Amino acid sequence: MSSAGNNPLPRAGHTLPRASSALPWALVTPALGWTLLFFVLPFIAMGFSSLTAHEGGGFTLSNYSQFFTNPSYWQAMVNSLEVTAIVTVVSVLLAYPFAWILAEQVPERWQRLALMLAVLPFWTSYVVRSYSWLLVLAQNGVVNRALTGSGLISEPVHLANTRFATITGFVHFFVMLLTLTIFANLKQLSPSYRKAAADLGAGPVRTFLHVVLPLTLPGIMVGAFLTFVLCIGDYITPQILGGNNELLMPQLVMMQIGRRGDFPLASALSIILMAVVTIAYLACARWLKIERA
Amino acid sequence: MSAHSKTMNSLSMLKSHLHAACAAAALLLAAGSAVQAADLNALIWCDHADPALLQPFEEANGVKVNVKEFEGTGAGLAIVEQSQPGDWDVMVIDSIDVPRGVEKGLFEPLPEDKLPLADLFAQVKMDGSTMVGGKRYGITEKFGYNTIGYNKTKVDPADMQSMAALTGDKYKGKVAIYDYYLPVIGMAALAIGKKTADLTEADLPALKDELLKMKANAKLVGEVTASQTALATGEVDILVGGGEWVTAGLAKENPALDFSIPKEGAVLWSQSLAMFKDSRNKDMALKFIQYIMSPEGQARLATSSCYWGMPANTKAALTDDQKKVLRFDEQPGFLTRAQAYPAPNADLDKKMQDMWTEMLQAK
Repeated sequence: MSSAGNNPLPRAGHTLPRASSALPWALVTPALGWTLLFFVLPFIAMGFSSLTAHEGGGFTLSNYSQFFTNPSYWQAMVNSLEVTAIVTVVSVLLAYPFAWILAEQVPERWQRLALMLAVLPFWTSYVVRSYSWLLVLAQNGVVNRALTGSGLISEPVHLANTRFATITGFVHFFVMLLTLTIFANLKQLSPSYRKAAADLGAGPVRTFLHVVLPLTLPGIMVGAFLTFVLCIGDYITPQILGGNNELLMPQLVMMQIGRRGDFPLASALSIILMAVVTIAYLACARWLKIERA
Repeated sequence: MSAHSKTMNSLSMLKSHLHAACAAAALLLAAGSAVQAADLNALIWCDHADPALLQPFEEANGVKVNVKEFEGTGAGLAIVEQSQPGDWDVMVIDSIDVPRGVEKGLFEPLPEDKLPLADLFAQVKMDGSTMVGGKRYGITEKFGYNTIGYNKTKVDPADMQSMAALTGDKYKGKVAIYDYYLPVIGMAALAIGKKTADLTEADLPALKDELLKMKANAKLVGEVTASQTALATGEVDILVGGGEWVTAGLAKENPALDFSIPKEGAVLWSQSLAMFKDSRNKDMALKFIQYIMSPEGQARLATSSCYWGMPANTKAALTDDQKKVLRFDEQPGFLTRAQAYPAPNADLDKKMQDMWTEMLQAK
């Protein structure tokens, strides 16, 4: 028997390639199974449901055509896009300075506490938080009492059950989310970029506009995209705070289910909503060039 | 076979495979929490979840009542479709929707001789809906009115005797509308002098005009909790579609809340109990229905913590105070002036819901 024959290494070396090719599959199988079970299968089922007539079954495209021919349905999409755009922009504008102060101005040892305080509202239920806003913005709520008490207005302002209330509820939630993503991005930014800019004669404003801001743009866009996706698909906030004075897409979807149980139409509207989110994703991905090989 | 049929067949096959796959997955996941056949499994509205209602029945019969709440007949029937036959024993359903369950072959005829039908308010038996083909499939357990709920310290109660107050300028911005299209469309019908039972597609333009006038006066259109909160907190003073189901439960905290049956009338809502054909516990299901329809069960259901409503049984064991809050003694007069929920066919139902959507989107 040769020494080579007694050496286990070559044999181990021989079996390694097979093990290494199977291991990644073994590792991703749970995630793939999960995605297949809870996303792909339901999505395909929803797709087929959307092509089925509510009355009598059978193939139909009418669930999709209704969206394009019924102005009220179309209006729901317009409302959703308007509200989502406003929420995303306002949330970014509020979250960036907040994240910047946290990352740059708050001493390192206090940052953890400051972050915890920033996300404190996350700890309460989403529904409870929305109802709390309803009480704050109500005719006899904190805001109106403060405004009338200070003499700024003589009559309470109509704040609750409006688009303003919906946007306020959304912004409160998403500012926290965006703060976290932008903060993480700012912390990853090496101080040497700023030093280099200063060495080259750039002032703080110019350094921020030409160095810091472009380098944190991916963080902003990731947060903005998350805000867009979560906001456009949210049912609870507009339902509680909007007072149904206008319908957004998730409300329109839910409306089809309640009494009539029109799952085909609800499925079609959901797929249209998902198509809009996909378009938004593609737009963001192309702009930021975040596709990676 | 036509191309259309082929498409349908392949579509149906694929759909059935998908449904089977989804059902298998759901079974795997639900294995640990499946409803128990030995217990009584009830698909209910929130008023039946009150322990004060369920506990006496559970203790008397040594059975656990597992409840699942739902809102809207469509959502309830969807739960049944996604369940295994025999999973559910009883269901609470809008009386007008009992035939929908019968059409789907879900319900078991109820033995009339074992139910206190003679004790029910005659107008709420609703045999036109609760009986199909001469057999009784549902029994009305609770009812009330979609009418005008209001705060009597903020509005003139005399104004609440006419639906014109809902569209006039006097209370502009002080009105909320209950977000359920059928009863409010019924109220709009009464306001324009139409009978709720006779509504057709030709009436939709006039109904839409009336709804838009109501919307122009409204601060919000809210589901149960939102509209109740708005009236209770003073955000609005009038609730279109409100009634004892909003005001009675809040009477202790806010005695200023009241409801009227205006001169044009009101819309009668009514909920029924039905037993599932595939129930594995039919004896217990019938006992449950008998308990709910008994004077004690009726009193507990009528004053449930979720919402109050009139018991269908005239012999309900309510206290004098409870009767006063529910305006029990005035029921004969109210019932004479009330009209049934609109019960449109599927096509008109869809058109009514679309009209409601249009009203909600109106600026």
